[in-house]
Amino acid sequence: MSESLVVPTMAEMLAEGKQPEVLFWVGCAGSFDDRAKKITKAFVRILNRTNVSFAVLGTEESCTGDPAKRAGNEFLFQMQAMMNIEVLNAYEAKKIVTACPHCFNTLKNEYPELGGQYDVIHHTEFLKSLIDDGRLTVEGGQFKGKKITFHDPCYLGRANKVYEAPRDLIQKLDVELVEMKRSKANGLCCGAGGAQMFKDAEPGNKEVNVLRTEDALEVQPDIIAAGCPFCNTMLTDGIKHKEKEGQVKVMDIAELIANAQDL
Amino acid sequence: MSYLDNILFAILLIAGFGFFASSIKKIIRNINLGVDVDRKDNPKARWKNMAMIALGQSKMVKRPVAGALHIIVYVGFIIINIELLEIIIDGLFGTHRIFAPFLGVVYDVLIASFEILAILVIFAVTVFWIRRNVIRLKRFINPDLNGFPKSDANYILYFETVLMLLFLFMDAADLHLQNVPGGFSHFHKAGSFPISQFIAPIFNGMSNELVAILFEAFWWLHIAGILVFMNYLYFSKHLHILLAFPNTYFANLKPEGQFDNLESVTKEVKLMMDPNADPFAAAPVDENAAPSKFGASDVQDLNWVQLLNAYTCTECGRCTSSCPANQTGKKLSPRKIMMDTRDRLQEVGKNIDANKGVFVPDNKTLLNDYITPEELWACTSCNACVEECPVNISPLSIIMDMRRYLVMEQSAAPMSLNAMMTNIENNGAPWQYSQQDRLNWKNEN
Repeated sequence: MSESLVVPTMAEMLAEGKQPEVLFWVGCAGSFDDRAKKITKAFVRILNRTNVSFAVLGTEESCTGDPAKRAGNEFLFQMQAMMNIEVLNAYEAKKIVTACPHCFNTLKNEYPELGGQYDVIHHTEFLKSLIDDGRLTVEGGQFKGKKITFHDPCYLGRANKVYEAPRDLIQKLDVELVEMKRSKANGLCCGAGGAQMFKDAEPGNKEVNVLRTEDALEVQPDIIAAGCPFCNTMLTDGIKHKEKEGQVKVMDIAELIANAQDL
Repeated sequence: MSYLDNILFAILLIAGFGFFASSIKKIIRNINLGVDVDRKDNPKARWKNMAMIALGQSKMVKRPVAGALHIIVYVGFIIINIELLEIIIDGLFGTHRIFAPFLGVVYDVLIASFEILAILVIFAVTVFWIRRNVIRLKRFINPDLNGFPKSDANYILYFETVLMLLFLFMDAADLHLQNVPGGFSHFHKAGSFPISQFIAPIFNGMSNELVAILFEAFWWLHIAGILVFMNYLYFSKHLHILLAFPNTYFANLKPEGQFDNLESVTKEVKLMMDPNADPFAAAPVDENAAPSKFGASDVQDLNWVQLLNAYTCTECGRCTSSCPANQTGKKLSPRKIMMDTRDRLQEVGKNIDANKGVFVPDNKTLLNDYITPEELWACTSCNACVEECPVNISPLSIIMDMRRYLVMEQSAAPMSLNAMMTNIENNGAPWQYSQQDRLNWKNEN
């Protein structure tokens, strides 16, 4: 990480009279959560390396309202949505990429009716397009030969039927991609969605994240790949619960790609 | 044969269909108690869904054993109903196997395939019974099904077995009489009987008259049984054989992750954000005023598709078996959400019937009296239940509408969620970080 990150804001771009190719929606987790910030930075390193013209909203970004909406607070969600849409529309944002499937789903599906029409893609889809366009080449690097399993985030997979982009990326790393017994449309939730991230679970006999971690450990992976900062947290906690942090790592796909290129 | 039989049959038929029609009318009335929602768009995609999912059983076969057995029973049900047409005509006009002379060898093939399907149905239904009562698959012994639902499932299996046996015994008696040297009464040669030929020998040694009486008995019990079964649907989870079709047609076509944006909220939020709005202005009088209630606490607050979902649910429990909350011992069961919604809707319907067409408040609601907040708060909104449902029911949409009521009407969210929402309101993030620090990660190592 010798070179420092270049992260222009939409405001700076506008001042220079420029419009970036893509707006990177960082999200709350990506901005504030220590673990998720690493994912954000890994993604930016790839963007910098491939000279993608991008910008963030920076301090003008605000929660999409997803957790409020899933908790039942439609007022708060729509307040957030309309404020964000005003900002995004003022910058004439066209294409948005985000590393958070919750932001992705909300921006893509729930903003259009409220006046926010954008081409929204998940970072795994974006990275895939960089490879397809020949702008990014990926080799296995340090991950060559490792066993990796991918956990489908509900809001990327079932909710929006994006199953292949993350898998295609993993396979570029010359690794062994193993599927859990429940994957893709049948994937089990990590336990964070629907605002569960922000509350204690109801009484039961197990935590959802532990159950999902068990699914993953069954295939004996070296790495559990995730595509969502919340899944990442839940699975990391699950690995700790199972006392496997020495053997199994939880990593975002952006981190896998960036680390494989020694970025 | 005197005309008495024909008249009796006509009365039976009219009573059967008449009672059934009144049940269907009640179901439609109850479904229409729901809030309106537009599901008429994109008819092409809707017909396709119905063809693939209801007619084509595409989601059933995701669980191959249950799927294959279900297809047998389903195809049996549809094909054997062709025979029902002949039975009705024979019954009304006193004829015997009226289609035989017209169809010739095709008739033989038809009867033969009905018989083979009938025996396959008996086989499939037996396996279903074993899965429920001997193997006791988890989703079938779940407490959701305690009481009537558990019996209901078995009654359906018994009904189907008895109907198929009556059909085969009827054929067997017919075959026996067709083979009487020189012929007997009106039992002319017709049909081919690959299965009932093995049953027919039990009539050997009986007088032809007795076998003819037995044939009549099987024939009448079979058609009467079908009419009773049809009328049992209204009280049973078995309604899905009809409602699966409209249900898949009207099901949500949008991405599963897209939750509806409440229009009534949009209006208010726009007003709040409009710098030119007069905060003291009287509320405009609007004939089509937005509902005074946000979210759902009872069945009338749900939309009609959600209510159709409730009647369609056949309680297979695939949703519950795939629910992360249920698998980890939480109270939530998506199947129970659907069953509770139907039970409450039936209760509201009965209330309306008893009160001359008007619902008289009964101090009960779907929320609390049937579904507890604890169940609602256990949902991760992962859509596993929606994905699993073989007929595209969405328990999740009901859960979300009820959460909306809890939060927006009752401010009854769990404490920690209130803290999360306060943070979003104050600093634009679910945690207590200042919006001004949003880009700090850029310079951190």
